[in-house]
Amino acid sequence: MTRTLSEPDAPVAAAIPARDGLLGRIRRLEPSMMLWIALIALLLFLVANPIFRLVASSLIDGRTGDLTFDNYVTAYGRARHVEALINTMWMGAGVVALSTLFAVPLAWACSRTDMPGKTLVRLIVLGAFITPPYLGAVGWILLAGPNAGWLNQIWMAATGSEQGIFNIFSFGGLVLIIATNVFFFIFIFTSNALDLVSSEMEDAANVLGAGTLRTVATITLPLVFPAILGGMIVTFLQAIALFGVPALISIPARFPVVTTQLWQFFQYPVRVEVAAAYAIPLLMITIGLFGLQKLLLRRKGFVAVTGKGGERRMIALGRWRWVMFGYAMLIASLTLLLPFGALTQAAFAEAWGRGMSFDNFTFGNFSYMLFEHTTARLAIFNSLYFASAAACLALAIALAIAYITDRRLLPFGGVLSFLCMAPFVIPGVVLAIGFYAAYAPPPVALYGSSLILIFAFSARFLPVAFANSAAGMKSIHPDLEEAVRILGGGRLTAIRRVTAPLLKRTLAGGWLLIFIPATQELSTAIFLTGPNTQVISVLLLDLSEEGNLEHLSALGMILLVLTVVIVTVGMKLLGRDFMLRRT
Amino acid sequence: MPVLTLNGLGRSFGAFRALQDMDLTVEDGEFLSLLGPSGCGKTTTLRMIAGFMPPTEGTIEIDGRVLSSPAGCTPPEKRGMSMIFQSYAIWPNMTVAQNVAFGLKLRKLPADEIRMRLERMLEVVQLGHLADQYPAELSGGQQQRVALARAIVVRPSVLLLDEPLSNLDASLREEMRYEIRRLHDEFKITTVYVTHDQSEAMATSDRIAVMNGGRMEQVDAPYVLYTRPKTRFVAGFIGRTNFIEAERDGTSVGFAGFEAPACVFPDAPARRALTFSVRPQSIILHRGEPSAVDGVVRLPCRLAERTFLGEHWDYMVETEDGRLRLRVTAPPQRVLEVGDDLWMEIDPAEMVAIA
Repeated sequence: MTRTLSEPDAPVAAAIPARDGLLGRIRRLEPSMMLWIALIALLLFLVANPIFRLVASSLIDGRTGDLTFDNYVTAYGRARHVEALINTMWMGAGVVALSTLFAVPLAWACSRTDMPGKTLVRLIVLGAFITPPYLGAVGWILLAGPNAGWLNQIWMAATGSEQGIFNIFSFGGLVLIIATNVFFFIFIFTSNALDLVSSEMEDAANVLGAGTLRTVATITLPLVFPAILGGMIVTFLQAIALFGVPALISIPARFPVVTTQLWQFFQYPVRVEVAAAYAIPLLMITIGLFGLQKLLLRRKGFVAVTGKGGERRMIALGRWRWVMFGYAMLIASLTLLLPFGALTQAAFAEAWGRGMSFDNFTFGNFSYMLFEHTTARLAIFNSLYFASAAACLALAIALAIAYITDRRLLPFGGVLSFLCMAPFVIPGVVLAIGFYAAYAPPPVALYGSSLILIFAFSARFLPVAFANSAAGMKSIHPDLEEAVRILGGGRLTAIRRVTAPLLKRTLAGGWLLIFIPATQELSTAIFLTGPNTQVISVLLLDLSEEGNLEHLSALGMILLVLTVVIVTVGMKLLGRDFMLRRT
Repeated sequence: MPVLTLNGLGRSFGAFRALQDMDLTVEDGEFLSLLGPSGCGKTTTLRMIAGFMPPTEGTIEIDGRVLSSPAGCTPPEKRGMSMIFQSYAIWPNMTVAQNVAFGLKLRKLPADEIRMRLERMLEVVQLGHLADQYPAELSGGQQQRVALARAIVVRPSVLLLDEPLSNLDASLREEMRYEIRRLHDEFKITTVYVTHDQSEAMATSDRIAVMNGGRMEQVDAPYVLYTRPKTRFVAGFIGRTNFIEAERDGTSVGFAGFEAPACVFPDAPARRALTFSVRPQSIILHRGEPSAVDGVVRLPCRLAERTFLGEHWDYMVETEDGRLRLRVTAPPQRVLEVGDDLWMEIDPAEMVAIA
């Protein structure tokens, strides 16, 4: 009995094949190896080549093909162009200052005090972040457009003045609108760091006689300062890379910035080489600052912030809790309630200037955009199509690379993960120029096709996908796959039956984290869309040039509703904090 | 007939030689342990046998066929082996039954046979009532049983175990140790077991290969390893021991304070300076001078230190001139005080000369 049981019925062990030529060696490669090679080629296509072509075309004469510095001379030879670069830096600095003022008190109140409505405040901060900034800009144009804006109307009605006092088409307006969107980064960096500070640190100061304010100023904030600084750098970089808000605000404000100037180079006649040259300093600044941020957050001087442990108690604010709550609501009004309230009103109004009255209420703007407008339906379809295709493609590549690097399947895994993360430091506008330079001209000639947008979106969100996949992969022990293999399953069987099912949740989260911003993506799309590849964001910008703010608001509302629905579904499926985890 | 043969097996990682000159044969149905401290190369050896890693020197043969050599490797899925991992590697997305039946399904067995074998296997490891549970709902010991069942149910040509008990608490570890041996006795699967725990290896194995610093020091049955260690490392790693230096002089061997005829040590290396291993259990302490027995050495000594460990006393005695300092184990009832003048008795036949 035991004798028959011990008889191995496993597949008869195959002897290793004899050594032979190249063909034999290719045949002996695991079939999955071929897949890896294909994915690596795709990565070179999506990331390496566009970056290379961006730098290369900045150094090449467009007509003759000779090596030249003329593009740089053209790009930076005019005072106006240099001024735009300086303006951009000022704008970034202004945004960082205002964002810090918004975010740090709010983060402290949310994670260290007993302020009421903390969940609501966190939700509003998230809301301000997931709403596209250019829609916020439209809302603010409705609120604080010269004289006609709501706030100016109210001011004039209240004071009898002839003129409004707010003008959103100004440096201040630009900074305010951008800050309402990007202060999220400082908030999330700071509150994540504060969540790790043990109350004992503060107790120690209290015991020695320091009051609450003094403790915050001398202990708590200095402890999380590296995190705040890290958030400030990310905020700065996000601000200077934006295209939509400057396109809506800074052009009328006569305050040119780099991204709008780059767009100018793309007006007829298109001067890609000059644009490329003009984009290089922006790229350098971004790379340099990201390097600095990494250095800051890696410093181990503030060890206390990295470890958990120690009990955490909320600081009792007493009467001040309502003051703090009031401040939070003020920020909520500026970032979300006011601009999107105004946007909603305009979307449902015959004419937005006539205010809230029954005879001014209409669904006409929506039915016009959905049923009559020539390209709106196409744009909505395209946005969803490109975003989902890009999310799938980016995740597929990122997952494969994360797998290769985590399992050390190939010797140059580090290079692959670097390439995956590289687009993180490339502003969307710059990436778009790289894609244009690489794939618009023949022989590839992808300009105007859906593919170039899907590829560009994939490249743009590849870092999100990779961070997600790498974290997911780390959580799966290699033993789980090796157990499949030793029982007789190949590597692909192991991936299909074990790894993929275990990654499902991670993948769903990653997919949404790409899909949501991709439906709103403007800065890469603006350079790469053609007549048949219109997307919502670009159409919104076109509508703003026509000046029909009601139609524009209706389309914006459609995009917003889509976003909110998707985020809500994501929260239901994956937990409320799926967008707030720092990766 | 040997099932598994390692010929001069070696593995380097860059300049680091994790394993070298490993020669070993494992007989059909044998339970062999690879025992050694961490970093000795035992897991590297196991992973090479499994096919997860190619050797940089030597070959691995199964039933006379070369499966691994520096030129190439049959992938693990084509070796017909199975393995139990340190982390168990139970797939959390599958139920107990799905986990255990997985290997059978990969072998495309008929559904009836899969069900029959699955039920029988779950019964053997006492998991029948948990068949539809997910692994996250199981205790550590139950997960371990799932891993065992999953690996054994496919009737592998060789079963590999990589420190399977190191994540369990002490009492459970002892229980699973016997479970593993029981399953081996029932199914007679050729088994290679990696561990750093000598009592685990002793309890389960037919033979133990003791490894150190990337080399195999000795392979023998547990009793032989303990009573006849060949190297200083083996003597010190398998149980505790005393080392005594000695010098051969013609037909006798001189120790500090006594001597013994060379013919008592037929296995001793043919050189002048020798080292002997004496187990603490081989030395007997007496309050007065014991009566002379032929060949047994008697020496006066003094108790220098003592430690009570519950199951036994751990005494340290030294001779008057301080040249011999030996550890002696005594039963709990044998209470002696520090400073007592005593006699010790050593039978030279229980002393082993090591290389």
